[in-house]
Amino acid sequence: MFKAKVSVTLRPSILDPKGKAAHQALENLGLTNIEGVRIGKFIEIDVQASNEEEARGIVELACSKLLANEVMEDFHIMFEC
Amino acid sequence: MAKVGVIVFPGSNCDHDAYHALKYVMNVDVKFLWHKETDLSGLDIIIVPGGFSYGDYLRSGAIARFSPIMQELIEYVKKGGPVMGICNGFQILLEAGLIPGAMRHNEKLKFICKDVHIRVESTQSIYTSSLQKDQLLKIPISHGEGNYYIDNDGIKELQDNDQVLFRYVNAHGDATPEANINGSIDHIAGVTNKQKNVLGMMPHPERAMEQLLGKEDGKQIFESILQALAIS
Repeated sequence: MFKAKVSVTLRPSILDPKGKAAHQALENLGLTNIEGVRIGKFIEIDVQASNEEEARGIVELACSKLLANEVMEDFHIMFEC
Repeated sequence: MAKVGVIVFPGSNCDHDAYHALKYVMNVDVKFLWHKETDLSGLDIIIVPGGFSYGDYLRSGAIARFSPIMQELIEYVKKGGPVMGICNGFQILLEAGLIPGAMRHNEKLKFICKDVHIRVESTQSIYTSSLQKDQLLKIPISHGEGNYYIDNDGIKELQDNDQVLFRYVNAHGDATPEANINGSIDHIAGVTNKQKNVLGMMPHPERAMEQLLGKEDGKQIFESILQALAIS
């Protein structure tokens, strides 16, 4: 079994009001060195596949069909070794 | 007499408002369509109502888009059948790719429930054919994710094809920055697909049907639809 870790984030060109609000709060905390905050989703997926390439194909399909809306979001897939 | 279908997903909550509006205010034949139904024959128009289908998990409308009825709805649309998505219904139609674009969280993150003014931008659709261009309608909105997004090429295409039916404006009909209540691109409150048989709108016309309840501008949209369907 393969364990995929997927992050889904708004495209850089799209305003992320949640990230902006968190950034503002961090500044209020005194963490003024932080230059930007973007908030996204983190998804763990367990996949049955014979190799990582096959598993990646399945997860990519899951992301593009459902887990991310590619009109406004990007996804990034990592596999646990 | 026109026959209307109202789809019911788990978590729809404006399905009864739409049913009431059509049956008791517009006096037409209406039936509910459970999301597992696949027979859409004999229906003149289908309403995808508001609410929180599947609890808005993942993204609004993202899960409902895979309900069994959606495949049939896509076929219905391909054949030219009219479909009107209101609020969560609009979000579902976006997720299904029946209308271009996507929905973001409201710019200021708040869920907003209030009456707003929208301006009729085009009368070239069954939804607006009996309205006047630039006419103002006072209709409530009730959403947390109504901040419409489409990229620059997309917006140009919408404008070139006259697909924007409604924009958020102030009480004088001006598209001021303050009037753009949720931050939508180009103030878009309601937009159609290229063929103009599918409309998605965030405001709730089915909640503005009876003067007794304070407002009835929404009725004009349903009147337009029924008039157009009777003619065609």
